Amino acid sequence: MALLEIRDLSVRFHTHDAEVHAVSDVGLTVQPGETLGIVGESGSGKSQLAFAVMGLLARNGQASGSVRLDGQEILNAPPKVINRVRAEKIAMIFQDPMTSLNPYMRVSDQMAEVLVLHKGLSKRAAVAESVRMLDAVRIPDAKGRVRLYPHEFSGGMRQRVMIAMALLCRPKLLIADEPTTALDVTVQAQIMTLLSDLQRDFGMAMMLITHDLGVVAGSCSRVAVMYGGRIRELGPVGPLFADPAHPYTQGLLSAIPRIDTDEGELAVIPGQPPDMSRPPQGCAFGPRCAYRRGDCDHRPPLASFAPDRWRACFAPLAELRAGTETHP
Amino acid sequence: MTKPLLDVHDLRVSFSVRQAGAMPWSRPRNLQAVGGVSFTLQPGETLGVVGESGCGKSTLARALIGLVPATGRAEWQDGTDLIGLSARQMMAYRSQIQMIFQDPLASLDPRMTVGQIIAEPLVTHQPGLPKAQVRDRVKAMMDRVGLLPSQINRYPHEFSGGQCQRIGIARALIVEPRLIICDEPVSALDVSIQAQVINLLMRLQADLGLSLIFIAHDLSVVRHISDRVMVLYLGKVMEIAPARDLYADPQHPYTQALLSAVPVPDPAHDPAATVVPLKGDLPSPMNPPSGCVFRTRCPRGAPRCAAEVPVLAGGRHQTACHFPGPLTPQEIARARATEAA
Repeated sequence: MALLEIRDLSVRFHTHDAEVHAVSDVGLTVQPGETLGIVGESGSGKSQLAFAVMGLLARNGQASGSVRLDGQEILNAPPKVINRVRAEKIAMIFQDPMTSLNPYMRVSDQMAEVLVLHKGLSKRAAVAESVRMLDAVRIPDAKGRVRLYPHEFSGGMRQRVMIAMALLCRPKLLIADEPTTALDVTVQAQIMTLLSDLQRDFGMAMMLITHDLGVVAGSCSRVAVMYGGRIRELGPVGPLFADPAHPYTQGLLSAIPRIDTDEGELAVIPGQPPDMSRPPQGCAFGPRCAYRRGDCDHRPPLASFAPDRWRACFAPLAELRAGTETHP
Repeated sequence: MTKPLLDVHDLRVSFSVRQAGAMPWSRPRNLQAVGGVSFTLQPGETLGVVGESGCGKSTLARALIGLVPATGRAEWQDGTDLIGLSARQMMAYRSQIQMIFQDPLASLDPRMTVGQIIAEPLVTHQPGLPKAQVRDRVKAMMDRVGLLPSQINRYPHEFSGGQCQRIGIARALIVEPRLIICDEPVSALDVSIQAQVINLLMRLQADLGLSLIFIAHDLSVVRHISDRVMVLYLGKVMEIAPARDLYADPQHPYTQALLSAVPVPDPAHDPAATVVPLKGDLPSPMNPPSGCVFRTRCPRGAPRCAAEVPVLAGGRHQTACHFPGPLTPQEIARARATEAA
């Protein structure tokens, strides 16, 4: 059975002048122990998807659909239920560790708080467990540094503290929202290695939200590509990168300059991402798409076209593949 | 060889910093942000500057246009030393050196129209120009960078991030500069928009014969746009070489570690097999290591590295290292073992 099962999840925000369709009809599953990548550009709805799962939407946001964790419905669950779930099964880490940690509390206090609250441990036992966890995320001299404040750590070390805190309750699912975006590449490499080691040791599943296709390629088994609040393509990392089946995935992959190949003009996706307070009628990528055709005025459904691979596009695959060859 | 557009020699920038909790009468400490950087820039050339946060790459840019006080020499093509010029003297060179900033929206005045923003450098540097002519030049420039000239009366908030960066580029180009310093110009943009802006910059450079100093932390972007690349660490140049050589055959251990850490968008590429981990954290620039500043994290550190500062040496491919050359498999394995411990 899937660990996490999302069905028809939609998120709407009511703002002053419009209703913003941040996420529309998303369906996903996460298997125990696997890493699912969610990629997309700013405004594609990838973070709001995670917030909806965690029950962390802003007050003007409304989620509908179904999210089941271990068979238990958690979408829009009352605080008492969702708190239990957050304590036992699911945890989240964020992009900016400095704004996610409390600057006024010692690391020991904010970490112990989690265990005292959720597990009913004594303060002394909770601090001891926190030190063990800081050791597990390879913070040198964890025992001495647990008494420090967040600002006394470097960016990479702070992100380790946040990871340690998220793992305290041994979650089955870790949602990582752009965990390395604020870090330098060398530190990013350290954190990604750490995350995959911990994932193996703790046997947990991970949902990795990022805009960096390089990070996805290095750490995920499956990936969902989002655009305009919807999943455009979903499949195992290898085939999806080698043979993208959606014009947007194709465009993204050819628009990134790569460190392992030589120069030349970058392929460009023309135009701008859609304004989600006025979502386009048909396919939201239509106005920027080179393979646009008559049916694109209707919304393409996410459909399976090969085992384990899904795409939302009307353009024939043969045409897409021919296109890749002419614009390498 | 033609005379370089800019010849920088031993550029240094220090800030005096008061330590937190220090007594009011204690002396402030010295933080050297840029510690003796030298390079030349040819007309029409792009020099990429890479390094991690805190390596001094933005301070270097600011020093070159006189926004922070610096020492050393930065000789312009006409023989003038730009360092230490008075504000009035610098004015003449400001129209030749322009800058593009990281945050496209924050670097534009929200209460000015796009037309006013782009025209401002022109009005400042050529005060006598008739209004109609200013407007024509602004419109022509908007067209050139891919903005609709009909949007001249709109305000920055009405534009997307990528378009705002185009406004910033138009503002820099309007005075027909010879050199543009780009400080992380695409790092705030999404991938699909980033490619548009990079292509625009490369096309404009080819058309106008501009020189670029392109500062970024994204090594793939730098490789794509640069002719030569300079690698900085704690305010010092580690390696400077033609882009192709630097990426294909990095000599300095730091450059090798940095390049190995860049994620490759190819699932067949196994990061665990290629990454050379660095020991520990970046040392504090208040208290840099003796000798080679990189030695505390270097997989190849030797006693000589602590005693003697390495100098930048070599022909076109220069390295500041006592023991340059590719890391051996044994050295990489040792680095991994210390990281895992």
